[in-house]
Amino acid sequence: MRRHPWLLFTLLLSGLPLVAPAEYGDVVLNHRSEKEGMRPVIFPHWFHRIRFRCKVCHHELGFEMRAGGNDISMREIVDGRYCGLCHNGEVAWSTENCDLCHSGRPGLQTGIRGGHETLGPGRW
Amino acid sequence: MRALIATPGLLLVAAVAAATAVAQTPDGAPGDLTADNWLPLAEDGLHDADNPALEILQEPGAALSRLPPDVAGNMVRWVDALRDGYIQPRTNIYPETDIQILDSEVIMRRTGDRPWVVFPHRPHSEWLDCSNCHDAIFAREAGATPVSMLRILQGEYCGRCHGAVAFPLTECDRCHVLDPETAMQNPRPAAQPTTAQPAQ
Repeated sequence: MRRHPWLLFTLLLSGLPLVAPAEYGDVVLNHRSEKEGMRPVIFPHWFHRIRFRCKVCHHELGFEMRAGGNDISMREIVDGRYCGLCHNGEVAWSTENCDLCHSGRPGLQTGIRGGHETLGPGRW
Repeated sequence: MRALIATPGLLLVAAVAAATAVAQTPDGAPGDLTADNWLPLAEDGLHDADNPALEILQEPGAALSRLPPDVAGNMVRWVDALRDGYIQPRTNIYPETDIQILDSEVIMRRTGDRPWVVFPHRPHSEWLDCSNCHDAIFAREAGATPVSMLRILQGEYCGRCHGAVAFPLTECDRCHVLDPETAMQNPRPAAQPTTAQPAQ
């Protein structure tokens, strides 16, 4: 390896675009999930904003506009608050379909994702 | 040796060029991008590819390739998609919720050597409720909030959404649109705050 330091450097650089290639605005929710034996939740902003304006969740439902800023339990959702206002089997699938929301890879940290443009310029 | 040293840089340039090749697509009619421009869920680095429920979830490419194309973020012009009727997202769940649209602009002049920023209330209030920004993030009085580009890049002020869910902070000239000299010679008419019905 000592003879090819630039090879390692190049491999590291070429790997950078592969870090967090998630769709722009995806949110990982894992404050509680894995502690409770479930996969982390992946919340896709793109899917929801096709169907609802931001104001529905961030005004009517009371979600803070900060990934990780909403300490929500499954009990509250089952009781019809937060996600549970729609995920009730009427507007959207019910909470019995665990794997549709708890769909993330183990070990993911809570936060917003979306590739190199998330939280600042990365294209320069 | 010089060639060896230059190699990583060239490779990096090539890698960046390849990564942004898709992003060079000029504005045009929907259909310029295909579903292949978005990663499948099973390959996006977040979803567990072993989860059998992935087959039921909608793939980003299946939905987003049908919307007005962009060169950044979700590769979708969300404001255009809403304005032109490609999508009809609901404004409210509760019937009693008051839906307000504000049709005024705010000009932000403390922009250093960059053009001034014109903030349009209409597209923002089509998506958001007034309370999402006021008064916790922005004071209602124009000029009263100490916005800075550094804080925006850190995820505050405009950066709450731009750089997270709305078009990213790489797109300088979508906000910095007003040349000060031109603006001084041809002042824009004073913005009149009005409310209007939301677009259906």
